[in-house]
Amino acid sequence: MQCELCKVKAATVHLTEIIDGRRTESHLCQACAQKEGISIKSQLSLNELLSSLIAAHEQTDEQGAAEAEKSCPVCGMTMDMFRKQAVLGCPNDYEVFGKTLEQLIEKAHDGNLMHKGKIPAGVSQEEVSNTNKKEELKKQLDRAVAAEDYELAAKLRDQLKTMQ
Amino acid sequence: MRLNQLSLKISQWFNTEAPLSDVVISSRIRLARNLAGHKFLCRCDDAEKQEILNILKETILSLDQLGDIFFIDISHGSDVERDLLVERQLISRNLAAGIGPRGAVIAGNELFTAQINEEDHLRLSTLAPGLNLDKCWQRINAIDDAVSRKVKYAFSSKYGFLTACPTNLGTGIRVSVMLHLPALKMTEQLKQLFESAKDMNLTVRGLFGEGTEAVGDFFQISNQVTLGICEEKTVEQFMSLIIPKIVEYERLARDKLLAKDTTILDDRISRALAVLKNAKLISSHEAMFLLSNLRMGINMGRIKEISIDTINELFLLTQPAHLQINKGRSLDAEQRDILRAETLRAKLN
Repeated sequence: MQCELCKVKAATVHLTEIIDGRRTESHLCQACAQKEGISIKSQLSLNELLSSLIAAHEQTDEQGAAEAEKSCPVCGMTMDMFRKQAVLGCPNDYEVFGKTLEQLIEKAHDGNLMHKGKIPAGVSQEEVSNTNKKEELKKQLDRAVAAEDYELAAKLRDQLKTMQ
Repeated sequence: MRLNQLSLKISQWFNTEAPLSDVVISSRIRLARNLAGHKFLCRCDDAEKQEILNILKETILSLDQLGDIFFIDISHGSDVERDLLVERQLISRNLAAGIGPRGAVIAGNELFTAQINEEDHLRLSTLAPGLNLDKCWQRINAIDDAVSRKVKYAFSSKYGFLTACPTNLGTGIRVSVMLHLPALKMTEQLKQLFESAKDMNLTVRGLFGEGTEAVGDFFQISNQVTLGICEEKTVEQFMSLIIPKIVEYERLARDKLLAKDTTILDDRISRALAVLKNAKLISSHEAMFLLSNLRMGINMGRIKEISIDTINELFLLTQPAHLQINKGRSLDAEQRDILRAETLRAKLN
């Protein structure tokens, strides 16, 4: 499709506007869209954000499926064994089977996924606070995506990136 | 072992001069901890269990704030010795029935225990008579701090203290209060209590009985959620909300019984006393049931000549392992029933 304005370049920006119930469509090239003051930056971010979220979601499922096949390199524990015994084999299992356990932990602890309380000698308060903040941002991001507030989601994702 | 000394006396957590002790028998706080760099117990061989036992035993015994304490090797004790500790609530059935190297450090006053290689490497507990969770928390918090300066705990900045079972994750705290609720039982209000407890994420268990079946109307109520709520808040909920409410309901039920059903109440208490004073053979289950009725009668002012201390003492002395250790030999079920009846007659007549 050609750009409606310059009629030279290919149209890569597709804009749908609904004004007073009337729907108009414009197909522009990037340069003409910019001239018309149509911000394409946010659109790109949104697409990027959505694809990254979908990827993350697929990864979750894949991760869950992968965890079902895994065994812990430290203790040899598998998810099958855990389902039978209801106890884990070593602290490392919380990493190896992170996704699967997270659902279970959330259910067992009234929706909570973040420690509040004592910190043992030798662990810094700062480290725990940072993890706390990251987890809180992740939660907010999930909520923003669920509410389809992609602008907020984009902001939160950037904050998370900076922290990591 | 110092079990003979233990088996003759009443546990301090059974003390009657404690807050709300007409309803609340005792308070307990337990912390679940594991050592970093070691597997959880289900994946440990005996050598690793022994290593963990040695580290933790030495660490706890070296703490100077604990006063008179002693170590008991649970793996080498006899069944009856292990049962005695279970009857006195010093170790769990789980530790008694476990396999491989395991043990417990116990305070002479029985108000502190450290179980080593139970479900987790370390389970610290403090106990107090009546409703006294603040004191339990202060003590266990200080002990836990001292231990954490000597060993490295398995800890994650996201999930807190890492435990073998994910249901204990986070603070690893289990706050438990043992209650005597005979009037709520008699007025058939227990089901309501259990349902509201469930809504509040609390667990209610029968105390002396197996599983949820309570023998003698003793119940243990404890928290389930250990992640996302700090220790102080958990304790505070029990101290200011949950337990005072239950105590209030039990007292109301007692008042109602006194006002309306005095004859039924007195009949039940008098029958209990008559059987306990005269029986020649009595099972542990029946004794527990009747002693519970007697305890209610004393707390409600219907019986004056027997003290609560005597009843509390009998709750322990009539249990199977206590009978056998005090007799100095193993007894079969019938011999125990005879000795139990003798013990009751001697103390109550």
